[in-house]
Amino acid sequence: MLEINNLKSRIGDTEILRGLSLTINAGEVHAIMGPNGSGKSTLAQVIAGHSDYVVTGGEVNYMGNDLLDLEPEERAREGIFLGFQYPVEIPGVNNAYLLKAAVNAKRKHQGLDEVDAFEFLKCAREKMAALGMDSKFLNRGVNEGFSGGEKKRNEILQMAMLEPRLAILDETDSGLDIDALKAVATGVNNLRAADRAIVLVTHYQRLLDYIEPDFVHVLSEGKIVRSGDKTLALKLEEKGYDWVREAASA
Amino acid sequence: MTSENLESLVNRRYEHGFVTDIETENLPPGLDEGVVRAISKRKNEPEFMLEWRLQAYRQWLEMQEPEWAHLHYAPVKFNEISYYAAPKSDEDRPKSLDEVDPKLLETYDKLGIPLHERARLAGVAVDAVFDSVSVATTFKDKLSDAGVIFCSFSEAVLEHPELVKKYLGSVVPRRDNFYAALNSAVFSDGSFVYIPKGVRCPMELSTYFRINAANTGQFERTLIIADEGSHVSYLEGCTAPMRDENQLHAAVVELVALEGAQIKYSTVQNWYPGDENGVGGIYNFVTKRGDCRGANSKISWTQVETGSAITWKYPSCLLRGENSVGEFYSVAVANNMQQADTGTKMIHIGANTRSTIVSKGISAGKAQNAYRGLVKVMPQADGARNHTQCDSLLIGKDCGAHTFPYMEIKNPSARIEHEATTSKISADQLFYCRQRGISEEDAVNMIVNGFCKEVFKELPMEFAVEAQALLNVSLEGAVG
Repeated sequence: MLEINNLKSRIGDTEILRGLSLTINAGEVHAIMGPNGSGKSTLAQVIAGHSDYVVTGGEVNYMGNDLLDLEPEERAREGIFLGFQYPVEIPGVNNAYLLKAAVNAKRKHQGLDEVDAFEFLKCAREKMAALGMDSKFLNRGVNEGFSGGEKKRNEILQMAMLEPRLAILDETDSGLDIDALKAVATGVNNLRAADRAIVLVTHYQRLLDYIEPDFVHVLSEGKIVRSGDKTLALKLEEKGYDWVREAASA
Repeated sequence: MTSENLESLVNRRYEHGFVTDIETENLPPGLDEGVVRAISKRKNEPEFMLEWRLQAYRQWLEMQEPEWAHLHYAPVKFNEISYYAAPKSDEDRPKSLDEVDPKLLETYDKLGIPLHERARLAGVAVDAVFDSVSVATTFKDKLSDAGVIFCSFSEAVLEHPELVKKYLGSVVPRRDNFYAALNSAVFSDGSFVYIPKGVRCPMELSTYFRINAANTGQFERTLIIADEGSHVSYLEGCTAPMRDENQLHAAVVELVALEGAQIKYSTVQNWYPGDENGVGGIYNFVTKRGDCRGANSKISWTQVETGSAITWKYPSCLLRGENSVGEFYSVAVANNMQQADTGTKMIHIGANTRSTIVSKGISAGKAQNAYRGLVKVMPQADGARNHTQCDSLLIGKDCGAHTFPYMEIKNPSARIEHEATTSKISADQLFYCRQRGISEEDAVNMIVNGFCKEVFKELPMEFAVEAQALLNVSLEGAVG
């Protein structure tokens, strides 16, 4: 589904990704871990197409096409979803309105009719109930005055409504209490499917207790320095990131 | 990339820039008593009207142009303006739409206002003003059955002189300000509305204004009288063709609400704002004032201002009757080199009078957008209440938003609230929307529309559609 080959990227004058390669297939769940500044969030932003991150080398192939050729909204309509680490507030824009516009933008791209208001609401309410969200959220401004946990649940709700092919969740677990973490994990697990890939960007093993990954990758200084199965995360937790750094420089 | 796209969005060219080729009978440029007499004579006005104009002209000569607004423009050369223009076909005025000059109808079509269609579908009576003379009026019969008078101002002067004499200048006196005095001397035409006692006007009244002759100042005069216990909703909208020289527009609108009457006055204004360098565009100096003369009366102004190079406009309410209510809802958009200095005045005179002000200013490009509002509570106005909400949205980094609130409170029982916010459309917000599959253009429209929601919901339904088309946004709140 996604093939990243020797990807290099910088923000401003700072080089962050320095030749990263990664292959992700449908049906897989990958966890990307690594110390602060190793390039985890940069990878997520580059895949989503943020213009602040300049790609200076390498290739990214998504579903047989050059991903880097597409505008951010085209990537989204093609099924790429980024759960933001810091979801932005958009005061005055109704949460339900943004969600419906997003769903319809994708449907239109797929040549489908726009979803009608009744069906949309029914579907949104079901998914919200599953996430333990009050349906009043729909009528509030996008992320306006939401707590950290509410914002993250809202990201998962959007993901559930948009049914992406490739979902990247950027530190979705940070700042969550245990109940919120469980709710978010349940939301993600419900979306696991044979035709869908999920990438979890995280600092901690904690999230992986609830969402079991097929692969774990460790990022250091803009490269993947180690890959393995879920036991790698446990080993990391035990030995710390210095262990990988040493392994990388050895 | 993001900021460039934003700019191109903001810099879209004015689409209503074309000139219809119709011969006009203009008066030669310049202004003196002879011109005032000539205007009055062409309209076959009675003596009292000519006298009124002449007095206004003499008062105007003694007045100075105001300079206090946050506006910068080359001085207006009042002697180079032609003060009267009417379509050539003035001699034999059309009796129905079939007789209207097809080019004129074409103009409306280009503007997306198929007159007959619109009127029929929306149930709106349209009094279309082309340049200075009304050329098509519809739904007259239905209105006259209800006793409602809705006609051009010129017609009202001839057919209802007693009402004109009684109310003209009673809200905006001739010498009220420089532009009002000028308008009083040379006003060309406009609309006149009278709603009799206890009548709820059976349809929304609508007028489309359009400035179409080069070098012609257009001086509209509108007078709306809502007699005791009556209701009326009036819609005003306009677009203008592209021009290279600045065009002066100095309108006066007077509203009178007697006891228990309600007037809702809505405006969508989309005059040519000039090109991206500020060349051309309409100078819009308007005096709009409503007088809540009777107890329990209500006047509500709603405006969506997107056009004009210069906007100088403060729709106001004189709250004289006890328990009377004044409202002002405004969206003012300024981009490129546009300058807007707009707001309202709420003058609380009667006891327990209430007013609400909601102002939304959007600035983009290099535009300057100023809100100027006065809330005045007179000593006898016990229990007066005002709530003001004043929000600014900035798009890009070269524009400005300014707020000048004035409050003069002379009664200790008054309760006055003022809230103000300034926000900016951020690159992060746009990226967030795009990551959800929403194009940048739609995202900007969505955010702008969300920002204006409180005002749009005050507009009558069909006008709200117009307003959204104008800001090129889609309606929110369809869900939930």
